[in-house]
Amino acid sequence: MSENKNVLIEFRHVDKEFDKPEEGMYKVVGDLNIQVRENEFLVLFGPGQCGKSTILNMIAGFEMPTAGEIICDGKAVDRPGPERGMVFQNTALFPWLTVMGNVEYGPKMQGVKKEERRRRAQKYIDLVGLQGFENSFPVKLSGGMQQRVGIARAYCNEPLVMLLDEPFGHLDAQTRYLMQDELTRIWQAEKRTVIFVTNNIEEAVYLADRILVLRNCPTGVKAEYEINLPRPRNYTDPEFLRLRREIDAVVDHTL
Amino acid sequence: MKKKQGARMDKYLLVSVLSVCVGIFVWWLVTDGLGLFRSNVLPSPVKVCQTFLKKWVEARPDGATLLQHLMASLKVALGGYLIGALVGIPLGIFMAWNDKVDMLVRPVFDLVRTIPGVAWTSVMVTLVGIGYMSKALVIFISAMVAMVINSYSGIKQTKTVHLWVGQTFGASNWDLLTRVAIPSALPMIFTGLDVALGSAWTTLVAAELLASTRGLGFMIQQARGIFRLDIVIVGMVVIAITGAILSSIIRKIGDRVVKGGRLR
Repeated sequence: MSENKNVLIEFRHVDKEFDKPEEGMYKVVGDLNIQVRENEFLVLFGPGQCGKSTILNMIAGFEMPTAGEIICDGKAVDRPGPERGMVFQNTALFPWLTVMGNVEYGPKMQGVKKEERRRRAQKYIDLVGLQGFENSFPVKLSGGMQQRVGIARAYCNEPLVMLLDEPFGHLDAQTRYLMQDELTRIWQAEKRTVIFVTNNIEEAVYLADRILVLRNCPTGVKAEYEINLPRPRNYTDPEFLRLRREIDAVVDHTL
Repeated sequence: MKKKQGARMDKYLLVSVLSVCVGIFVWWLVTDGLGLFRSNVLPSPVKVCQTFLKKWVEARPDGATLLQHLMASLKVALGGYLIGALVGIPLGIFMAWNDKVDMLVRPVFDLVRTIPGVAWTSVMVTLVGIGYMSKALVIFISAMVAMVINSYSGIKQTKTVHLWVGQTFGASNWDLLTRVAIPSALPMIFTGLDVALGSAWTTLVAAELLASTRGLGFMIQQARGIFRLDIVIVGMVVIAITGAILSSIIRKIGDRVVKGGRLR
């Protein structure tokens, strides 16, 4: 569990509407109130298309709430910033840069001197287990390795909060399990506040300190679970399976 | 990966060489072989080869050797092309990046782009006379148009998510342009350089047909006047080969500069 109970991010009555060309205004998020504690691993879990990514995009500052506000570290979010790092589902690596070039990109934009940022980037490349691939271009890497670069890149900028938008959604099942273990290990080695979006219930229970189950659009929090299982967790542990069943019964099932 | 492609490339090369050989053989067959065409209507490949070799040293009948014509053409084409690139690439980039620049330049550009390069020849000749300048300006316009269009769409195709990544790292607007948009547009910019080279080279020959005293186009025009079709064909072949060489140089440079290929 998170040792520190300080609130890092707070949603205050957040609404988000999109103007859909055919259907008019479409409400994706309705009166959302969430508190995210420092250094906790929070999983936002909900059915597909329920607005999970919209919530992350609003924290990142890519999209603005229609009403209400989001407070991060005492300040209202009004644009993207280096204190909020994002790991994207399709990795969004820069194909024209090497692994090193991608990972050191953040510090470079912050004006960190070459020697210092190389040292820092190397640390995170080692942490995600990609030593030896520093000079490879992303196109030469497998999906799992690309996502490791994405995680290292977000970490290297030393953000207050890491936002992960279904980062393992495109990976095959085997790689997905492996990456879940890796993420747990990395997070335990370098504690950060993590907000992780997924539509995979097993992944949610495996990773989270706390799970917020979201309902369909307009989305809001339907249920909340504290997961107190020790790490590393076991998918076949009776308590794990019980939690899984319990959460599964709460979720809106849609096609 | 390159080595695996090597074997397929060899096969591909073999087929291409074969098809060219067959073409030349048919050409020989209908001229010297079966005598279907007289040599003043369609000169045989042998005759064209002889003329090609002779033209390196002989200035007759148009007053310059083949090399002099070639150099004159290259000087005009590359001059106009380089200035076209220097103006066209930044213009395309800034039009795509800044809406105000786009609104300002776009209407004029949309009108200019529809005019074939050669159509400018008469205007340019009237303005600056027959000579290097008039032709270089015509080349400049046609090269620039291709350059603007390609760098414009290259920048416009920058992925939003890549710009977002830059923003979460605190990149300034200038950083986003120079370190996200331009690198991601580089493949398109090089396509532009290749396309522009093609249009510069073809426009040049057309411009030389109309207003020139030296150059490959001029050589062809003069030879046509005195029914020397062998020289016309020599001119055409030299134009084709030079164009292909220049284009492959641009592509080689592109391969060096554009790194990492494309991610899905």
